[in-house]
Amino acid sequence: MSAIPFPAPPADSETVIALRAEVRAFLAEELASRTDRQRSDSWCGADKDFSRKMGQRGWLGMTWPKRYGGHERTAYERYVVVEEMLAAGAPVGAHWIADRQSGPSILKFGTEEQKQYFLPKIAAGELYFSIGMSEPDSGSDLAATRTRAVRDGDVYRVTGTKVWTSFAHQSDWAIMFCRTSGTPADRHNGTSQLLIDLKNTPGLTIRPIIDLAGQHHFNEMHFEDAAIPASQLLGSEGQGWAQVMSELAFERSGPERFLSSIELLYQLIAILRGRQSDAAQITLGRLTARLAVLRRLSRSVTSMLQEEQDAGLQASIVKDVGALFEQSLPDIARELVDCEPDPLAASGYAAVLANIVHNSPSWSLRGGTREILRGIIARGLGTR
Amino acid sequence: MLAEMIQRLLERSLDDSAQARARGGEWLSGLWTELSEMGLPLALLSEDQGGFGLTGAEQGEALRLLGRHAVPLPLAETMGANRLLAAAGLPLAEGAAGLARADGLTLEGGRLTGTVERVAWGEHLDCLALAVGDRLYRVPRSGWSLAATGHAANYHPRPSLAIDWQADEGAALPHCPLAEGATLRAFQIAGALESALDLSISHTGTRVQFGKPLSKNQAVQHELARLAGELACATAAADLAAEALARGDVLGVAAGSLRAREAAGTGASIATQAHGAIGFTREHRLHLFTTSLWTWRDEFGGQVQWAKLLGSAALDAGTAGYWPMVTTL
Ligand SMILES: Cc1cc2nc3c(=O)[nH]c(=O)nc-3n(C[C@H](O)[C@H](O)[C@H](O)COP(=O)(O)OP(=O)(O)OC[C@H]3O[C@@H](n4cnc5c(N)ncnc54)[C@H](O)[C@@H]3O)c2cc1C
Repeated sequence: MSAIPFPAPPADSETVIALRAEVRAFLAEELASRTDRQRSDSWCGADKDFSRKMGQRGWLGMTWPKRYGGHERTAYERYVVVEEMLAAGAPVGAHWIADRQSGPSILKFGTEEQKQYFLPKIAAGELYFSIGMSEPDSGSDLAATRTRAVRDGDVYRVTGTKVWTSFAHQSDWAIMFCRTSGTPADRHNGTSQLLIDLKNTPGLTIRPIIDLAGQHHFNEMHFEDAAIPASQLLGSEGQGWAQVMSELAFERSGPERFLSSIELLYQLIAILRGRQSDAAQITLGRLTARLAVLRRLSRSVTSMLQEEQDAGLQASIVKDVGALFEQSLPDIARELVDCEPDPLAASGYAAVLANIVHNSPSWSLRGGTREILRGIIARGLGTR
Repeated sequence: MLAEMIQRLLERSLDDSAQARARGGEWLSGLWTELSEMGLPLALLSEDQGGFGLTGAEQGEALRLLGRHAVPLPLAETMGANRLLAAAGLPLAEGAAGLARADGLTLEGGRLTGTVERVAWGEHLDCLALAVGDRLYRVPRSGWSLAATGHAANYHPRPSLAIDWQADEGAALPHCPLAEGATLRAFQIAGALESALDLSISHTGTRVQFGKPLSKNQAVQHELARLAGELACATAAADLAAEALARGDVLGVAAGSLRAREAAGTGASIATQAHGAIGFTREHRLHLFTTSLWTWRDEFGGQVQWAKLLGSAALDAGTAGYWPMVTTL
């Protein structure tokens, strides 16, 4: 049988119920003055003070060992915190990558020294990471990386260009994927991951790339013979590909893959409430059903991650179906409410609609495009 | 274990010619006897109620198998009717049973009369678990006659029944038969989608055009991936509905049922497209599943009815209450 199995998600224990209530109370207070327009930035909204407060609450690095500043809580407890943050439109962008992806990679592949240096600071909400994978000639085809790191005594000499690096201008460090031996024709072999100090690396220049809405969140990182201490190699030289692949289940299955446009749904509810319209009720019913089922699938992957099972396939399904859902919202909203989107309005429906319309195309690109995800799923079905 | 037994029995005793006979309206009494001798009509009951005390996962697996084989008998309905009857403290069905809600019936001088629309295999049932208002009745076969014939999209009979029955007092209704039925259908939909996906993979893997199997084309692969996504959603939706049903949460049933109904339509079209013309025939088995998907997605309350129930609750919850509501589903 070819069905891809999703185990039952964890039940809401007393601990989880209490945690959710605690997070909601915290958010109600912290976000009181955050506008709907700001909330609609979802995980692209960033506020380092907010990240530090989350660190103080013990809500970053939640699943990591206590000796590295973690809190030894379950993957599902982390899930609950993350989904509540996203549902409330909290500014989680500063710590997002570090907590979701870079920290877990360092925990898995890092040296003892790296773990002791990075993890406590990430868990405190004080150190932020970016991901340096994509390049001008290497997008979906990540293995085609041309950025080269050549070992020279105690350092790697790095030359190359990374693009679309989210928050590189605000983060402290990045995990960068590059080639340490061979040529692009060697594909997966000869690639590695390096930890890059974004603030103190001579030979590294970071330049903004402005998105279609005029926002600056991603960047180009150019390395010109930059000397990166060999101690900043993450994991094993030559194992970069396998290491990157192991991050992807973390990257692709979370609630950020279907909650990006949730603020628009709230706005829609505010407008439609009390209209007694059949169309409004039916639409809300169907959207709610899709959302509830996506949540279940996503929580199901969390339980696989908790058990350290390989969830790459399941995560790809969550991201593919999730992106369809979050991207469908602007058009569905437009079937029910007439409104001209206005990106410079400070708040209100027109402002939120504009922000969502502008950003939604990126949700099926970043983190693996729809086509790449479907290719992964098709391989899982045995058809490739 | 139970799943394996069901699987073996269905592979042995339900072939395509039996399916064709059922489509013509024939009651497969031999198959019914075999399935009931395995105890399946009691499969959703706890041990206290005389069932096997299966876990939710085991129950789901059994129900999905009924969809996976497009079983042309009202077995899921009988399982659900027995769950409802047992919960209400009424006697269980002795044969096949139907599940219905009919608030338009009248009860006068102890006589229950009126029409129950479109009951699966109504002429062959032993009894009906029938909700009228907040009461549940176990109406025996002698309590109805045929009011009108009717058929499902898969051609299985859906006659309307004229009830004329000297009612007993019935029992307080434990949960709505529509919620019960919608949950059962969600599992059957997931099961039928499993078969639709399996058939699509094997067909596109063997059919050669332009010198290579269809499935070597990326456009075909991506549609199969989408079908796998719809299957994952339907399966999760059925589980979600079943858990909600068990805790008496009708909104959760609505959410699960709606998403499974949606997957039924999308999945059936992807599978048919992947098969080409042969998928549009009775010669190929795919139609057993597509026509059943088109049947099941519209039963036990329609999509509009369930969507309005969930959607009006969402609107009532309001901007601030919406997310908290979603996390209870
Ligand atoms: C908002 C945003 C933030 C991002 N942040 C980061 C970041 O922080 N760090 C980082 O490293 N990257 C980041 N990315 C980059 C992202 O990972 C890439 O955009 C993505 O991997 C696709 O690469 P590409 O844009 O070069 O498109 P391409 O790979 O050139 O693809 C273009 C189109 O062709 C399709 N395509 C490509 N190959 C195939 C194939 N084999 N079969 C079928 N179709 C194919 C793609 O699906 C896509 O539709 C970000 C992107 C966005 C939009």
